[in-house]
This record gives sequence, structure tokens and C-alpha cells, in this order.
Amino acid sequence: MLLTALISGLVLGGTYALVAMGLTLQYGISRIMNLAYGEITIFAAFSAFILFSTFGINPLLGMAIVLPGAFVFGYLIYGVMMQPLVSRSSRTGSLEVDSILATFGLLFVIQGVMLITFGSNYTSYNYLNFGVNVLGANIAANRLLAFALAIVIGGVLFLVLTRTRWGTTIRAIAVAPASAPLVGINVNRTARFAFALGTMLAASGGVMVSMYQTFNASMGVVFTMKALVIVIMGGLGNLMGALVAGLLLGLVETFVATYVDPGLTLASTYLIFLVVLLWKPAGLFGKAAGR
Amino acid sequence: MTRTIIGFVLVGLALLALAFMPTQLGAYGVGLLLGMTGYVTLASAWALFSGPTRYISLATVAFFGIGAYTVAVLSEAMPYPLVLVTAGLIGLGVALVVGLATLRLAGVYFVIFSFGLAELVRQLVTWYEVNVTGTLGRYIFLPISATEIYWQLLGLAAITLLIGWWISRSRIGLALKVIGDDETVAAHTGIDISRVKLALFAISATIITLVGAIQAPRWTYIEPAIVFNPTVSFLTVIMALLGGANRLWGPMLGAIPLFLLFEWLSANFPNHYSIILGLMFIAIVFIVPRGVVALAEDLFKRARRKEAAQ
Amino acid sequence: MTLISRRNALRVLGTAVTLLAGVSAAAVSAQDRSSVKIGYAVSITGGNAGGAGITTIPNYRLWVHEVNEAGGLELPDGSRLPIEVVEYDDRSSAEEVVRAVERLVTQDEVDFVLSPWGTGFNLAVAPLLDRFGYPLIASAAVTDRAAEFAERWPGSFWLLGGGADYAGALAGVLGEAHAAGDINADVAIISVADGFGIDLVNAARETFAEAGLNIVMDRTYPPGTTDFSPMINEAQASGADSFVAFSYPPDTFALTQQAQVAAFNPDVFYLGVGTPFPTYIGANGDNAEGVLSLGGIDTSNAALMDYRQRHEEFIGQAPDFWASQMTYAGLEMLEEAIRRVGLDREAVANELSTGTFTTILGETTLEDNQLRDLWWTGQWQDGVFVALEPSDRDGASEIRLPKQPWQGQ
Repeated sequence: MLLTALISGLVLGGTYALVAMGLTLQYGISRIMNLAYGEITIFAAFSAFILFSTFGINPLLGMAIVLPGAFVFGYLIYGVMMQPLVSRSSRTGSLEVDSILATFGLLFVIQGVMLITFGSNYTSYNYLNFGVNVLGANIAANRLLAFALAIVIGGVLFLVLTRTRWGTTIRAIAVAPASAPLVGINVNRTARFAFALGTMLAASGGVMVSMYQTFNASMGVVFTMKALVIVIMGGLGNLMGALVAGLLLGLVETFVATYVDPGLTLASTYLIFLVVLLWKPAGLFGKAAGR
Repeated sequence: MTRTIIGFVLVGLALLALAFMPTQLGAYGVGLLLGMTGYVTLASAWALFSGPTRYISLATVAFFGIGAYTVAVLSEAMPYPLVLVTAGLIGLGVALVVGLATLRLAGVYFVIFSFGLAELVRQLVTWYEVNVTGTLGRYIFLPISATEIYWQLLGLAAITLLIGWWISRSRIGLALKVIGDDETVAAHTGIDISRVKLALFAISATIITLVGAIQAPRWTYIEPAIVFNPTVSFLTVIMALLGGANRLWGPMLGAIPLFLLFEWLSANFPNHYSIILGLMFIAIVFIVPRGVVALAEDLFKRARRKEAAQ
Repeated sequence: MTLISRRNALRVLGTAVTLLAGVSAAAVSAQDRSSVKIGYAVSITGGNAGGAGITTIPNYRLWVHEVNEAGGLELPDGSRLPIEVVEYDDRSSAEEVVRAVERLVTQDEVDFVLSPWGTGFNLAVAPLLDRFGYPLIASAAVTDRAAEFAERWPGSFWLLGGGADYAGALAGVLGEAHAAGDINADVAIISVADGFGIDLVNAARETFAEAGLNIVMDRTYPPGTTDFSPMINEAQASGADSFVAFSYPPDTFALTQQAQVAAFNPDVFYLGVGTPFPTYIGANGDNAEGVLSLGGIDTSNAALMDYRQRHEEFIGQAPDFWASQMTYAGLEMLEEAIRRVGLDREAVANELSTGTFTTILGETTLEDNQLRDLWWTGQWQDGVFVALEPSDRDGASEIRLPKQPWQGQ
């Protein structure tokens, strides 16, 4: 019982972390508070569904189409919408508020497009939906896959960020965006790349989520908020933080559902979030300054 | 001084005119005024705290919902005015507890924290209703007409603006400007930052709670999904920011056009509402980045400069 | 400086006031009667869009299309007037739906208002429509207090029954199966913490005990839950032969998937809203076989089958097997009432309350403003969600137990 709860909690947490990691890249490095994040996730989920149900392309192969598309989309959005805001904010310092407002608008646009293209129905399909025995616990194969993907993406990105020159560049921007250009870093290009990468991660989360969760065009904000909670809890811009916070939330939810009361799972999610923030105002792995 | 008096007289006249309007309008006009006044009050109350401190709070709907729920629970047990007072006190109490615990968070941490708070309150209310009272969804059968709700909201809006005006002129107002600009500097000038922040948060939250309480009788049926709808928080923020959260009249000038815009869009483009709304938002960020009021001031200054140059 | 902004503010305010006054003055008053105006506010966007998009909106559109194809609504003198539609999006907000209905009545001056989607929203607009003297045919609201509401608002009609009806019927089904020795007396129940789920589970606690059933697990989960494995594990461990979930669409789909993963194969598998959706069988195929839920259809009813055909052709998707038919039948009743008594709203309400109508459901009459001839329990059988309960009603199918185990993918 305990082991089952532990394993299913970890797997659930992995799927949360997968969705949250892209957001932490976007906020931590590009400094864009992207409220339309969940809409990207849902759009990717719909794309995976269409590819699977209409063209018979399985979601894993579908990723080969969806992910580059998402990357290009993120790249364009940053260039067209965010860049002017970023350059303006060097004078006014209002990027946070501006990006909240602009992406809030983007949220509505994407949602509206989805409502017209896909309708408002709940959508669901089955792929890799069978149990796999992990140390005695019965886990859905699609969730296990999402968990694995989260670990792989988290691991690879972590290595890239800490071991490569490009990673150092990115971290330099995250730590000191104003002084990075002094050492010859093209902040703009790197931020744009990070934003596009984040969009791609959002889409990969969406494809995975579509395999095991029912979704409709209005559900994006649920993902955005869950991702934000995880990102903030882990410490902004901190990939490891997002992974750990995601796993923690998954564990808390499963344990509360198993041992306390399923009615309190979501309450406990927010409670643990609030407690973590009160204990460490900058998140589990954040720098103490708070920002 | 005379200017202030003239200003007060003008505002007073405007209020009278607004209070008189329901007699001239049909039910829809009253509903429109009611909704608009509700959001004007929410945005103004939100800006009382968030304007000067630059803390973006998404907890609006937590207090709004607490107000509505208090009315739903107590409406049959107490006379209505007492219910409103109780709702306000509950809002105040929650705000003080939350404020004490959270106001040391900064920036986006506070944003998401406040959102989490709203969700937590909603989940706890749901859990309580399901497990303790065994029902979900409550009925409010209070004999209060839309016009009466509107008048109450109008009064509350006036009080909110008065508080905002008073704060901006008092010593606290000066202190707040310093907090917004630089908290460290503010701390060195001997201002008790945390107490000022807490007081503002409590005032703002109490007003928001009252808005929820006053509006509740309009819906007949209440459940957490209805009164803790996060859209309320988002709209409040957007309206205040659009108008300019640092100006007394800013939130109002953001709330009124946006509210009318929403109404017009949902009436004329029910199927393309989202897309048009989104595009307009994006346009707003690019065209009026600092809010309507700041833009108007800029234009005015420019015109004056031109006059002076001629 | 403050004065400047204040003066500006007042100027803008003045403009807004003038504008508003203009809007109200421009309200149409001409009644030359070249059409019948019918308005509705439903959740096109927001959290309720998923439900409204399958049960309510398609049926409204289909009905308007069909009536206008036929030349319009027929009046007592035999003349026909086409329907002019005024459609608003309430954005899943209670305040919006109230204001939209006020707008329909006082600005657009529609002749009739169709009901919004959801129990709460119907209750929010009911007092309003009552005050304005408009009938309300609530076809997507489940409430146990329908009788009380019909008394409070005499022009309100409730077509979808109450939680106690559905739970009571289920208790009957399970009690009978237990008495026949097909299943043990133990039932595991989970319910969504929402008005609907709570109504049903409260009723189930009483009626199940009366039917000799024993509730061994009784859990409530918040809306938005996505991981049901802890609850499924608990249900599996409880040894109950019957699993009952009073769930909402996303949960219904998730439960089906996660029960397959856990190889959880109770003899009775009952889920809530969403099970009778065409997307449910689309996603689950043969695995839908044997799943029980609310609603159901009588496949021997030719009119109903014809309606399903037309719906699929016009909308591009089949209607659900529960509330869609009641929604459409409600519209047919309105159409017929107008044919008999004209456009006088009070007369129409009176006719709805007392008349007998031929709809896709068959002979339809309302008792105390409520439709009571409903199918309470149904089951997926060979790709169709057929009606089981009340079993003594014509067209009821036989229950098939136990549900077959989940098939591998």
C-alpha cells in the first residue's frame, strides 16, 4: 500500500514536472510570465489527438511533428510580441506586468482559435493505456512514459545548463541579464531560444497529457496554474526545483488521497505550496532575495 | 482648497446622477450599471493595495467568494445589514491572518501565492460543505432588487474612492509612494512598511468581500464553482492595470470601457469573442502600456507644452 | 494635477452615461411581426462549455434550423413566422448569464428565452424570467427541489429530474441484481464534490440502504481531480462487486482509462455525466460495453432514432444519450404550444403545464411542471446506450451483468 502510493505519487509528480519545466525556462531565462502556457499544452494535446485519430499517427511519432511546430511558434511569438516589450522594458522596467497582460491576451486568442477549430467538447483517446507492474504497483504505461520523459528532459537540460558553454550563457542571463552583454552574450537571441524551447516543452507535456487525460479547449488555464505553482515552489528558473516540486506535489496528492481523504487533494496541493513559500519565500531552490 | 471643494461637489453631483439612473433605464440598463459598478469597486479596491505596493494580487475572488458565501449561509438567520457587517468582518479577519503571513513575499511569488490562496479557500469551503453540512449549493431568496444592489455598490464605490483619495493625501500615502519605488529606502525613512502594507491589504480585502456579499442575492443559487470563479480575479487585475493602478481614477477608467467592451463583444460576436478580446488585450499592451490615465496625462502635457511653445 | 485627472475622469464618465442612455433609448419597439424572436444565453466559452456544447447548443441550432426549413413557427391561425435567434455567450459566469437574460428580455425584447446549461445557471435566471413573465423550460438542470421551484416560479418547467430519482433507480437496479444473486451487497461509491455529485450521493446513502445494499466505500473528490488511482485501489481492495461514480465528464473518461490500467473489473461499473456522450464510445470502443450510467434511449422509438439521425447529419456529431433528447423534446413542446395558443407567454406557459404533446420521447405531459417520464438508468449495449430503468416502462432493455472485463488495447 505504502509502496504503491509512493510509486504512483512519483509518477504523477513526474507528469506535473514535465508540464512545469518549460514554464520555468520561459520565466527564468526569457523573463516572460507566460499566462498562455497552458493553451500551448492544450493545443498540442489536440494536435496529437487529430494526428492519432485522423491520420493514425501514434502520439510518440506525432511529437516529431508537433514539437518542431511548437518551437517555431514560440520563436515567432517571442520575436513578434515579446521582443518589443523586452526592449521597451529596459526603460520602464515593466516587463512583468506587460508580459502578464500580453500573454493574457494571447491566451484568449489561442483559446478562441481552438474553440472554433476543435469545438468545446471533451476529447479523449486511448494510447498505451495498460498497466505496467513497477515493484508491485500498477502504473499506466502512458503515465510511466511521461514520467520517464520528464526525468530525461530534466536530466538532459540540467546537464546542458551546467556542463556546456551554452548552458553557462543561459545561466548568466538568468542571474544577471544586465551585465551579460558585457561579456559578449547576445541576451536577445538566447532569451528567444529559451522561450521557444519552453514552448516546445509545453507542447511535449501536452502530447503526453493527451494520452491519459480528458481535455477541452477551455482547460488551458488549469495547466498554467498547476505549472506556475510548481515553478514558484521550486524556485523560478530552476529546472531541478521544478522537477523536485512536481514530484513533491504528486506525492502529496497521492498520499492525501490514499490516507486522508480524496476530497482534500487539491486543498493539500495549495496548502503545501503556501507552506513552502512561507518557509522559503523564494521557493525550494530559489535565491533568498525573493526575485 | 477651492479646487478640492469643487472636485467634491462635482463628484457628488455625478454620484447623484448615477443613483438616479435606474429610474431612467430598463432592467438590462440597471444590470449593466450594476455589473459595471461592481467591477469599478473591485478594481479600485484592488488598486488601493496593489497600486502603491506593486503587489499583484490574484486573491480577489477569495474574498469576493467569502462575502457571497457568508450571505448565502446567514441570509435566513440574520437581518440583512447585520449579514453585511458579518461578511465584512470575516473578510477583514481572513485578510489580517493572510496578510501577516504573506506580505514578505515579493514579485511573482506573491502573485501565485495569492492565486493559491484563492484556490485553497475554494477547496476548503467545498470540503466543508460536502463533509459537514452535506450539501453543496445554497439558495439565497432575499427580496433585494437589482436597483437596490446597484445603490449599495455605488455607495461602496464612492467610499472606496474616498478612502483612496484620503490615503493619497495623508502621510501614509507618501510612505506608500516610497514603498512602491524602493522598499529598502522606505524602511530607512522610519516608515513601518509591514504595518502600512497590512493595513492596506486589510482595507482592500474588506471592500472586495463586501462587493461579493452585496452582489450575491442576484444569483439565487450559489456554489463554490460560481462564486470562486478565478476569472473575477483576472478581470479585476486587467481592468486596474489598463486604467492605471497608481491613479485614483485609473481603475475606474479601466473598468468601465473594458466592461462595456466585454458586453459588446459577447452580444455581437459570441463565437469570436475570445479571439477579438485577446487581440484587443495585446493591442492595449502595445498602445497604452501605462494605463489610460497616464496616457491621457501625457497627451495633456504635450498639448500644454505646445501651447506654451506657441 | 489631481484636478486635471479628475476633470478628465468626469468627462469620460459623462460620455459613458450619455452612451448608456443612448443604448437604452435605441431599444427596438417596432413589433411588425415578421418573425418570432427567440433568445438564449449559454456557455460557449469557459468551464461549462464542454457540457453546453454537447447537450444544449447543438439542439437549439438544430431545432431553429428545422423550424425555419419548414417555413417557421406555426401560429394558431395556420400562418408561419420564421425564428430569429439572439444568441449570447455567458462565459460560464453566473453574473453574465443573469445580465444576458435581462438583455434578451428588455433590450432585444425576444418572445421566448431558452434555458441556459447547468443547474446553477437555470436557478440564477429562474426568478428573473418569472418576474418578466417568461416561461423557463429547464432542460439541463438536475434538482431534487423541482416541485418547490415550480411552485415558486409557476412558469418554470423541469425536464431532467432530480438526484434522488437517479440514485433511487440505481438502487433498484443493484438491489434486484443482488436479490437475483448476481452481485454481492457491497457497493463502493465515489462522487464529485459539486452540486450534482452531492445530490446523488446523499440520495444514494438512503436508497441503497433501503434496497439492502451496503456502502463499503464512500469518497468525495474535488472537481478537477485527474488521478483516480488511489480511489480505484481502495475500491478494488474493498471487495465490492459494484462500483458507482457520480462523476463529471473529465472524471468519467479518466476513471474508465484508469480502471483499465488497474485491471479493475467490478461486475457493475456505473459512471456519471459523460458516459452517454458519443465521444465516450469513440474513445473507448468495445470497452464501453456494459458500463452503466444516467439516461438511456429506447431504440424502438422511431421518432427518437430519426431525431438522432437528423442531429448527426446537421451538427456532424451524434447527440448524447441523456439530456439531448429532453432538450429537443422541450423545444418541440414549446413549438407545439405556440401552434395551439399563439405567442402569448402566459398562455404558452399554461399550455406547457397542462397540455399533452407528441415529441421524440413519445406522448409527453408534465406533472406539476416536471417531466417525470424519464429514463433513470441506462447501459452501453452493442454500441448503443440503452435505457434500463424504469424497467416496467415500454422500451426498457434488460440489464447485462456482469460487465465483461476490459479488453487489451
